[in-house]
Amino acid sequence: MSTSPTENEMQQPSLSVHGTGYHGWALWMRQTLAILQLELVKNFWGRRALLLYLIAALPVALVSMLSLLPPDADEMRELGRLSQVFAAIYGGLILRTLIFFGCAWVFMNLFRGEVVDRSLHYYFLSPVRREVLVVGKYLSGLIATIILFGSATAASMLILFYGLLPAEASAYFLSGIGARHLLTYVGVTILACIGYGAVFLIVGLFFRNPIVPALLLYGWEWLNFLLPPGLKKISVIHYLHSLVPVPLSEGPFAVLAEPTPAYLAVPSLFIFTGVIIFLAGLHIRRMEISYAGE
Amino acid sequence: MTTNLAAKAEAVSNGHAVLEPLPADRKIVFEGVSKFYGEVLGVNRVNLEVSPGITSLVGPNGSGKTTLMNLMAGLLRPTTGRISVLGVSPNEPELLFDHVGYCSQFDSFPRGATAREFVEFYLRVHGYSRQRTADMAHAALERVSMTEAADRKIAGFSKGMRQRVRLAQSIAHDPSVLILDEPLNGLDPMARAEIIGLFRRLADAGMHLIISSHILHEVDMMSDSVVLLHNGYIVAEGEVHGVRDEIGEHPIQILVRCDRPQALAARLFEHDHIVEARVHDDRGGLFVKTRRPDEFYLLLNTVIVEQNLAVESVGPVDDDLNAVYQYLITSEGGQH
Repeated sequence: MSTSPTENEMQQPSLSVHGTGYHGWALWMRQTLAILQLELVKNFWGRRALLLYLIAALPVALVSMLSLLPPDADEMRELGRLSQVFAAIYGGLILRTLIFFGCAWVFMNLFRGEVVDRSLHYYFLSPVRREVLVVGKYLSGLIATIILFGSATAASMLILFYGLLPAEASAYFLSGIGARHLLTYVGVTILACIGYGAVFLIVGLFFRNPIVPALLLYGWEWLNFLLPPGLKKISVIHYLHSLVPVPLSEGPFAVLAEPTPAYLAVPSLFIFTGVIIFLAGLHIRRMEISYAGE
Repeated sequence: MTTNLAAKAEAVSNGHAVLEPLPADRKIVFEGVSKFYGEVLGVNRVNLEVSPGITSLVGPNGSGKTTLMNLMAGLLRPTTGRISVLGVSPNEPELLFDHVGYCSQFDSFPRGATAREFVEFYLRVHGYSRQRTADMAHAALERVSMTEAADRKIAGFSKGMRQRVRLAQSIAHDPSVLILDEPLNGLDPMARAEIIGLFRRLADAGMHLIISSHILHEVDMMSDSVVLLHNGYIVAEGEVHGVRDEIGEHPIQILVRCDRPQALAARLFEHDHIVEARVHDDRGGLFVKTRRPDEFYLLLNTVIVEQNLAVESVGPVDDDLNAVYQYLITSEGGQH
């Protein structure tokens, strides 16, 4: 049965069919994959990648030096205490500083970097939902940081243990709890990239100069141990801290709070990330480009 | 247009989509559109309907041409008013840019990309397959005569070549509407003629081409209709045939940046429509005042070939242009 279009239908766009022939989820998946591929090339081979490689290489270089020139201390000769040493290196250097700033560098530049390079308009002039662009770019940052920092975490732990206690390390990793600890540290690293990635993605979207908010966030995350229990939960590090396999004392001034159990910490981070990505999608939908004053 | 239609036919045969033809009478409509940048006026109370063909937005720098184009493309949002491009709001890029191409003035490219890679990059983002992307990119580069340089890095290109690559990127998906912000900037006279020919062919095939330019002579050559902007307002719009009459005998001053301006001057003075030729203070260019710019551009092509001149850029001098615009705006014929 054929019907003639109403006046309203005639005024509606008949441009609903995409030139590729795909639509809906199939189209969004193709576009997300295309954006992901382009952005991965930039993340791994672009000029901004060099700093990321340096940041990721730092803990590996540090533990390599420790293994080659071990300090004359008991901590370096006993497996249990060595795991405390690694926990300190991981918590203080890798998690709180290197992953934090590595994610800041990658995720803030996903949009901010393109504005500075005056190339974001090419994406905005493509037939892509801007929310798809956010997802594609976020995933590209996530893959890059997870690969680099996940590898750096695993390599640092393996080099430290095998470098200083090669005989015990084999038993520790192959038949002891070492493998579980290693996987947990890598898992925490992945969650850190997910959480910090989302935070810095939106910081890069909202702020023309994102360095100041990044430093403020750094201060907030570092001083988390001094915050009252309620405020501790408004941070990424609180949930990550709850998940590390070897908990460390936060010092005599720390305000004690119950760690959030893993079954709450992990979903909380995912929900937090989802909310941030949703807000980024809302923001980018209204975003204008003029590059004036960049 | 053929490529896109073929793609759509292929999509139907694959069962991906049911196609609806685009009605030919769709227009680009601005209804009471204003844009303010804080306190600064971009455009004000613009009411405009653009039909298929070449429509030129003409006006001096700062008159609102780029603002109007960026509003049309959704890169900016109107402070007030409504815009519709073939029935689609610029707030829906996923629908809009399947049918719209925009060659902006932003002269930036992904670092290290070749011309082919650049065009392919953004076709992939549309969602096309690798093979289709490669075919479409090649066809687009061919249309702007860039196939020979397609696999060279854009960083080593001249301004004119970069302009052509951007143009290829904007037409690669066979849009129905093409928005071009100063598309002839940086092109040498031969390339200008070639690209104007391409625009004409696209317009004759039923496309909307919205072109901003401050080169009145070129507007006159290629446009079907003209929108004259001044200080953010549309001061005149209509058929193009009046522009040349309005300019009348008002001489236009053009700056030719080249390696041997004296040689060029000597050759130009043989022609009576050249009112004045003066070497630039830095001795790297020649100011030419002419009553008949179209004849001058043809002559320039000949002289470039004869004397093997290396020409960096050719364009009207802004101060002089402003005087012409002022003349057009205030003269009786320049009004609505």
